[in-house]
Amino acid sequence: MKISGKAIKFGKDIDTDVILPGKYLVLVDPKELAKHAMEGIDPDFPKKAEKGIIIVSGKNFGCGSSREQAPLALKYAGVKCVIAESFARIFFRNSINIGLPVIECEGISNLVNNDDDLTVDLLNGIVQNNSNNQIINGIKLPQFIIEILDDGGLIENLRRRINK
Amino acid sequence: MNITEKILAKSSNKISVKSGEIIDSKVDILMIHDLTGPLAVKAFEKIGVNKVWNNQKVIVVLDHQIPAESITAAELHKTMRKFAKEQTLKIYDVGKGGICHQVLPEKGHVLPGTVILGADSHTCTYGALGAFATGIGSTEAAAVMATGKIWLKVPEAIKLDIHGEFKKLVTPKDLILHIIGKLGADGAIYKSVEFSGPIIEKMSIAGRMTLCNMAVEMGAKNGIIEPDATTRKFLEGRTNQTLDSINKLKSDNDAFYEKIINLNVKDLEPQIAFSPRVDNVKPVSEAKNIEINQAFIGSCTNGRLQDLRLAAKILKGKKVKDSVRTLIIPASQEVYSDALKEGLIETFTEAGALVCGSSCGPCLGGHIGLLAKDEICISTSNRNFIGRMGSKEAKVFLASPATVAASAITGKITNPQEIEA
Repeated sequence: MKISGKAIKFGKDIDTDVILPGKYLVLVDPKELAKHAMEGIDPDFPKKAEKGIIIVSGKNFGCGSSREQAPLALKYAGVKCVIAESFARIFFRNSINIGLPVIECEGISNLVNNDDDLTVDLLNGIVQNNSNNQIINGIKLPQFIIEILDDGGLIENLRRRINK
Repeated sequence: MNITEKILAKSSNKISVKSGEIIDSKVDILMIHDLTGPLAVKAFEKIGVNKVWNNQKVIVVLDHQIPAESITAAELHKTMRKFAKEQTLKIYDVGKGGICHQVLPEKGHVLPGTVILGADSHTCTYGALGAFATGIGSTEAAAVMATGKIWLKVPEAIKLDIHGEFKKLVTPKDLILHIIGKLGADGAIYKSVEFSGPIIEKMSIAGRMTLCNMAVEMGAKNGIIEPDATTRKFLEGRTNQTLDSINKLKSDNDAFYEKIINLNVKDLEPQIAFSPRVDNVKPVSEAKNIEINQAFIGSCTNGRLQDLRLAAKILKGKKVKDSVRTLIIPASQEVYSDALKEGLIETFTEAGALVCGSSCGPCLGGHIGLLAKDEICISTSNRNFIGRMGSKEAKVFLASPATVAASAITGKITNPQEIEA
């Protein structure tokens, strides 16, 4: 699975209250959630993301609340993949479960600038920065997680396994 | 093995497990609430199974947006009631329960040695009773409802060995804030945090819950404390399960920890987590002239009887400052009822505080007590992120019930040791 897009960078410890403020948790439609993605830190984010982008962030991306609405808002806003130095564990699992690819990549913050053109090779855990021709090794996801992402999320994966 | 590894070995039917290993674990209890539940129900309906794996093991709690503050919230609650009825699940509705993380232990759903998952990040609270407990998202909760299982990576463990005696009006909340300040918001990411030492052995279940509750604020997968006689005493009368094996559930003497941190609390001052980071922790003496608009005592971190008693001790016979809205929210109906019997509610109302019915309250900025632009709240809750409690231009400072009560009286962040109690 290869994913390409331009990078939008954020710092460390980006929490889910910033990714999707609590007051929007009553919204059910993911497209409505998407309108408020990253509202706590960059209200123009949905406009910047709509053509499909890749988030590059520091340590502990997605810390805080277990709200799945946070990765959902990102996915529907146009985020194709999140690359971070590390993730908060619930956000990491939630992203995979809703079919939003995530990859842990130490040192990524220093090797990517805003608007760099990236290609992520999820299967091999490699990020390629096409703007400066650098190859950055991330942590390869286990095969069963790749399968969940290939299926489009945990529910689709479970349906396939149950009906096998 | 350490206690977390022992629980996970048992739950995955293995003789032993090691950190880093991915296991397929059985689940003893799953909790969903009114904000994460509706998405879980929607996902569950797509899987194609009719019934949850075990209707005795899925618990529904309405606590975040209660009583319904909007038609949208009312619809979500309706969804949850309908699902609980169809699936014959235990549901703690408005007025029957309170905050999920208080209700589950109180009602005997949390037992030492079990695996508990909740669609809420503060599910790690239950480690206070010696359970392995961690938060998951809604889709994952749906999958657990269908299968009764989850994949887990066995976490590496950090042990905190804590010694000394607390000074007057210094509390477990000050301790956990201090620890988070030291380790950082990502200081225990993916890891298990085990609290031990003489001060933990003497600590009440309420205090232990405050510690484990905030383990997630340093990224931990779970917080855990070995169950003991205090745990047994808390559980007696709350469960009909046998509690015989409680004393055997301990970390081995040669258990592996990635890090063992020794701490002494004897010089610990009351602590404050400054806006907007939970790990931006300083002693209260460094919070100079910070005027507050709101003081909040409650939440799954500090809304228990012991917390309310402490706040009442400080507020007794005094008035909160005219310029401060003081909100006090007992964590559950049981806590509310006990506080009423002890006269604490009267102390609060006479002091000029508003006591609200049990719910998560303003903690997550859903409803009740939101903040306007440029307003400042001192709160006993667990998060102070930008926009957490309302306007993104408001600020939240975290502290113990004693510090919040003292600050409500003076109108600015205040060391409770300076208030006559």
